Amino acid sequence: MEVIGKTHPFSDIWEKVQAGIRLSKEDGLRLMKSNDIIALGHMANYVREKKHGDYVFFNTNRHINPTNICQTLCSFCAFGVRMKDPKAYTMSMEEIEHRADMVPPGVTEIHIVGGNNPQLKIDYYEELLRRLKKKLPHVHLKAFTAVELDHFSRVNKMPVEEILQRLVAAGLDSMPGGGAEIFAEKPRSIIADHKTSGERWLEIHEIAHEMGLRSNCTMLYNHLESEEDRIDHLIALRELQDRTGGFQTFIPLSWHPENTELIKQYPDLNWSTGFLDLKVLAVARLMLDNIDHIKTYWIQVGTKLAQTALWFGADDLDGTVVEEKIYHAAGAETEQEMEKSELIRLIREAGRIPVERDTLYNIVNMEFAIA
Amino acid sequence: MSIARVDSVKVDSILDKALSGERLTLEDGLALYESHDLIKLGAAAKQVTKRLHPDNIVTFTVNRNINYTNVCDTYCRFCAFYRPEGHPEAYVLSDDVILDKIRETYEIGGDESEILMQGGTHPGLPLSYYTDLLRKIKAHFPTIIMHSFSAAEIWKMVEVSGLSLKEVIRQLKEAGLDSIPGGGAEILDDRTRMRISKLKESWTKWMEVHDTAHRLGMNTTATMVIGFGESHEERILHMLRVREQQDKTGGFTAFISWTYQPDNTALKGTRATAVEYLKNVAISRLMIDNIKNFQSSWVTMGPKIGQAALEFGCNDMGSTMIEENVVSAAGATHSMNIRELIRLIRDAGLTPARRNTYYKILETY
Repeated sequence: MEVIGKTHPFSDIWEKVQAGIRLSKEDGLRLMKSNDIIALGHMANYVREKKHGDYVFFNTNRHINPTNICQTLCSFCAFGVRMKDPKAYTMSMEEIEHRADMVPPGVTEIHIVGGNNPQLKIDYYEELLRRLKKKLPHVHLKAFTAVELDHFSRVNKMPVEEILQRLVAAGLDSMPGGGAEIFAEKPRSIIADHKTSGERWLEIHEIAHEMGLRSNCTMLYNHLESEEDRIDHLIALRELQDRTGGFQTFIPLSWHPENTELIKQYPDLNWSTGFLDLKVLAVARLMLDNIDHIKTYWIQVGTKLAQTALWFGADDLDGTVVEEKIYHAAGAETEQEMEKSELIRLIREAGRIPVERDTLYNIVNMEFAIA
Repeated sequence: MSIARVDSVKVDSILDKALSGERLTLEDGLALYESHDLIKLGAAAKQVTKRLHPDNIVTFTVNRNINYTNVCDTYCRFCAFYRPEGHPEAYVLSDDVILDKIRETYEIGGDESEILMQGGTHPGLPLSYYTDLLRKIKAHFPTIIMHSFSAAEIWKMVEVSGLSLKEVIRQLKEAGLDSIPGGGAEILDDRTRMRISKLKESWTKWMEVHDTAHRLGMNTTATMVIGFGESHEERILHMLRVREQQDKTGGFTAFISWTYQPDNTALKGTRATAVEYLKNVAISRLMIDNIKNFQSSWVTMGPKIGQAALEFGCNDMGSTMIEENVVSAAGATHSMNIRELIRLIRDAGLTPARRNTYYKILETY
């Protein structure tokens, strides 16, 4: 049988996909407006398997959020607080070192992001990186979104180039993809007002790529963005990748309505559905023909959807992987941790091959015991 | 680079066979389980579903689960619900409590709402308990549809009353029972059944209840639970047995599969995954060509995968399933549930419609 036959509405796009021809904005819009997720999944899976066969990548990392104090309190975000908030914190260097001491063997990456704290100068972050590198010389430090770097640039009155040079000298290895939100001005001005603009985000990643740093990219969806906004966002990322080639992974992030200002202003917003999550992943795989990896973040969309996504374009499963889970919230739909053996089982039972990687997608291990 | 795949030409020919309306065999079904192409299985199942339901309507019903007793003497290893008679946590709900719950459901869902009343296999309840209760319910709520009692409960009534199966079902029907849910089917193969529940009736006994009910003019549903460690062959045999019964009596209104939930059970084990569930739904739709309605299990798989199953062979989102222990805020909870089901169906590009137990459409949204 043929999933997309000659009379299918997407037969022309399917021919392009098979021929490796880049999809246009109009193609992307047709896909993003469609509810035929079987057709979208079929095409996305074709591209995914052409690039990666059955490999599903995951890495073992830990997160450090040095501060939750943020002067940019975006309406969609539940993390940042004001300085006087009782929950406010800034980690001391001793706390940072303590976190480093707790990192178990086998962790290949530390992911470091935090709020835009107006009191912290670049020397705080340089010292933080130095101490982590000294404690964990073989662990990759993936740190600071473009928004944070833009903030550092303003607070220290230095160009981003100089900020990055100093951070790299102190131990920075690559950048995460956060802070992209949605580049389109209209929804961005509502959900992320006063934050770094989409153009500035792209500019900072371009600077980083030209300095030899790899980075990831994201898109926040399921808020106020239109279908066209999503496609424009993907095309902007694709164009930058054409120029620099520095993006490794694209990660769609669905907005969660709990505990944010945005849900109070727009009470009709809701959790993303399975159709929307799978559609965005599949269309991203189809549009981003020059970005190698599409990641699904199981902490956010849930493990069930994330596993299914391995057939809708995703080749990477992100989330906190532990060797043995200490804390278990029985029945929780979206858990915070997953045992490595459980992740491996999920991948295998999807009919895929689990591959543990480091930050730069070097293979760390793929000889896992059959549980 | 890739796992060795089942010959995709072979899988394609099997799918073509299904799409042309030809019946699939046990061997065909086994080959489909060996395929890793989830999307293609879904695409074929979706085409079969669209042929049966060309209007793009996805249905759901308003119903309430009432577990009238947790006393049970079957001791299934996979069950977290049962308590032996005399246990401090054992209960049998009073008639008044049951009537109050039905009144709440009626106030929310109105005429032709459904009551899914199920409990343990209570050795101490006479048949008259059930028939009296049904009559009382029907006297108060004549349009409520009683979709109640699993095969195991009915066999317990046969045992306690000493009457024949046919007579028990006839009396239940006369007293007000409208339809019989498919609960207790688990896997219709005795190797798995004996492993998970030694005292449960055999698969042929389960089927005998449904056969008898169909011949008495009743409708019932068929279910399937995966994730007990059953083999692919046992799953296919389950589907074939359901299909064969439907050929004989035509009384199944729907097929419903879900995944075993290991929390708090003696059997433990691991949960079947989402991919396994979607694959099983698709293969069921391809194998069982004579049951029109396939119900998605948002209860066990969550709303996202429950919705995705609409692309893998399902045309029904099941029910709002007001919980047994819902508090008096049931109104708010319930309307959120209806609204959420409608949102999920619309978001999939389909038309939501409320139905009754017999899949008669009551309202299109």
